[in-house]
Amino acid sequence: MSKTFSLSAKNLIRKPGRTAILALLTAFLALAVFGGSVVVLSLRSGLNSLEARLGADIILVPTEAQSKVSFQNMFLQGTTGAFYMDASALEKVTEVEGVEKAAPQTFLASLKADCCSIKIQVIGIDPEKDFTVQPWIARSLTKELGDMDVAVGCKVEANVGEIIRLYEQRCKVVARLEATGTGLDTAVYCNMDTMNALLKAAEEKGVSHKIESGSDVISAVYIKVKDGCDIDAVNSRLNGHIRKATAVRTRSMITGVSDSLAGVSRTVSGLIVAVWMLAFIILLLAFALIIQERAREFAVLRLLGSSRRMLSRMVLTESALCGLLGGIAGVGLAALLLFPFSQLIESSLRLPYLMPDAGKTLLLAAGTALLSAVMAALASVAAAYRLSRIDPGTVLREGN
Amino acid sequence: MMFKAENISKRYFRRTGSANYFYAVCPLSLEIMACGVTVLAGRSGSGKTTLLNMLAGLLAPTEGKVWLDGTDLYSLDDKSLSRLRSEKMGVVPQGRSAIDTLTVMENILLPARLYGRPEPIEAARQWMEQLGIAHLADARPAELSGGELRRMAIARALAQAPDILFADEPTGDLDDGNTHIVLSAFHDFACIQKKAVFVVSHESDAFQYADKVYRMDGGQVDIMH
Ligand SMILES: Nc1ncnc2c1ncn2[C@@H]1O[C@H](COP(=O)(O)OP(=O)(O)OP(=O)(O)O)[C@@H](O)[C@H]1O
Ligand SMILES: [Mg+2]
Repeated sequence: MSKTFSLSAKNLIRKPGRTAILALLTAFLALAVFGGSVVVLSLRSGLNSLEARLGADIILVPTEAQSKVSFQNMFLQGTTGAFYMDASALEKVTEVEGVEKAAPQTFLASLKADCCSIKIQVIGIDPEKDFTVQPWIARSLTKELGDMDVAVGCKVEANVGEIIRLYEQRCKVVARLEATGTGLDTAVYCNMDTMNALLKAAEEKGVSHKIESGSDVISAVYIKVKDGCDIDAVNSRLNGHIRKATAVRTRSMITGVSDSLAGVSRTVSGLIVAVWMLAFIILLLAFALIIQERAREFAVLRLLGSSRRMLSRMVLTESALCGLLGGIAGVGLAALLLFPFSQLIESSLRLPYLMPDAGKTLLLAAGTALLSAVMAALASVAAAYRLSRIDPGTVLREGN
Repeated sequence: MMFKAENISKRYFRRTGSANYFYAVCPLSLEIMACGVTVLAGRSGSGKTTLLNMLAGLLAPTEGKVWLDGTDLYSLDDKSLSRLRSEKMGVVPQGRSAIDTLTVMENILLPARLYGRPEPIEAARQWMEQLGIAHLADARPAELSGGELRRMAIARALAQAPDILFADEPTGDLDDGNTHIVLSAFHDFACIQKKAVFVVSHESDAFQYADKVYRMDGGQVDIMH
């Protein structure tokens, strides 16, 4: 086995042009497969993470927020937004039949001004009740969010231990959250007491909450419907029961995203298959040409006592090695394109985009390289068969 | 070593007046001396290469058997025949037979490497020396002249010390001096190492090194001396 292997390796090294062309062809194949899969995977886990963070069946928001679609933009693109309703809405929600859990959130956008260190979306949560964001925060922060503590999304430029100023209030960064691939990555999170303090400070700076002062405000209520209850029915009951606010099924937000995702996935998959087939056909042609070029070489090997199996194994080893080389190059190239430009891809696709973690990526890379080796070997099966059947008597007779 | 051919023939398709086939080699039997140089002479197209290829296990005869030490070559499967050929037979073919990606020395050691046998480096050096190509050990085949390539192929066959060595017009593209060097190398190999050498040659120079000479004409073989 290793006896013909070293010969195969020498053939590759000493015919660098031929090796490079074959490797380049498989590199395209690997580039398409790896790059495409990473994009599709990132979109899929972006959607999953969006679903998990939205993890509610229904969201109640002020009617104005619903019409301005500011809520959806906040989630998908991380644009800042603030809209308010009376905190009593939470109580009213719990009165509605079929509601299992209800958790309030309050939004505030900081300013790009002297009073704030960054312009950012601030989200106040009730750690006791919250079932959408809290589990995610808990992964990075073991204790509860204390007063004037904030947890920051992964895209916020602030480190743990740092103090950030929001409306002249000093908030301590206590945790940095995992990436979600959604607009939530550009927000900071605090508890309701902190939020109320911030709201008050903001009001002093002239940022109004547009509702009668005196009562507490919230921006949204996340609602989980009891098992077995019809979500649509609960939704309409909510809309009938609460004025000035609208209950929206989260499904309606997600279907839009998942429809676009399916579209992008289809395009990318189509592209993968097209590049794949093209590369494979060109590989087949390349190997067909190589048969001509290498007939004499294989006739000599046969003459010197190689069996047919040894010859076909040699062809397959060489093409698999070329494929592996090309596969690694292609994966490397894809990584070079994908990782630095992930931001760009993310913003141009306008969809939640969450890159797979290092382990998964490495596995995918190794898989792609291996696949390239197998594809190259497969493309050379016919060549291997024909070269191993070569008749040295006839080939060596043909001139010099 | 015992090597003989029994009633072997090779028929090829070719539309001629009455039949649509002809005999490149007519049915014949012959035995090759276990130790000594056998020369096969004959005009171009008389069937010499065809006969040599059949004897060397490279071309299955239409009829008949080829025996090496009691083994019928063409009854073996591809793997066993290849191994047997690698271990006991050496061939110097008519045309170019270098692997271009290997150096001259690597080419010469290749038959042993293919089967992981110990590399006959000393023997290779000696034969290269004797054949006047020792200085080319690290050169690539593309840098060699036709005659040098031919001597490389001869050194490759000799270095393996096969029981029987087949050479098809090994001196065809060599000058007189080198022709004698090659023929005496074959002679030494046969006499000193007690091996069989079967040479196809139409040059009368070869006869003086031969222990036995066959003449071939139109697919038929006669003993000359
Ligand atoms: N594969 C083949 N198919 C048909 N005819 C063939 C084939 N191989 C050889 N022949 C014919 O058989 C005859 C003998 O050929 P061969 O090569 O054995 O001659 P040769 O004696 O070696 O000639 P030379 O001295 O020119 O090398 C020739 O007439 C040739 O045309
Ligand atoms: Mg001939």
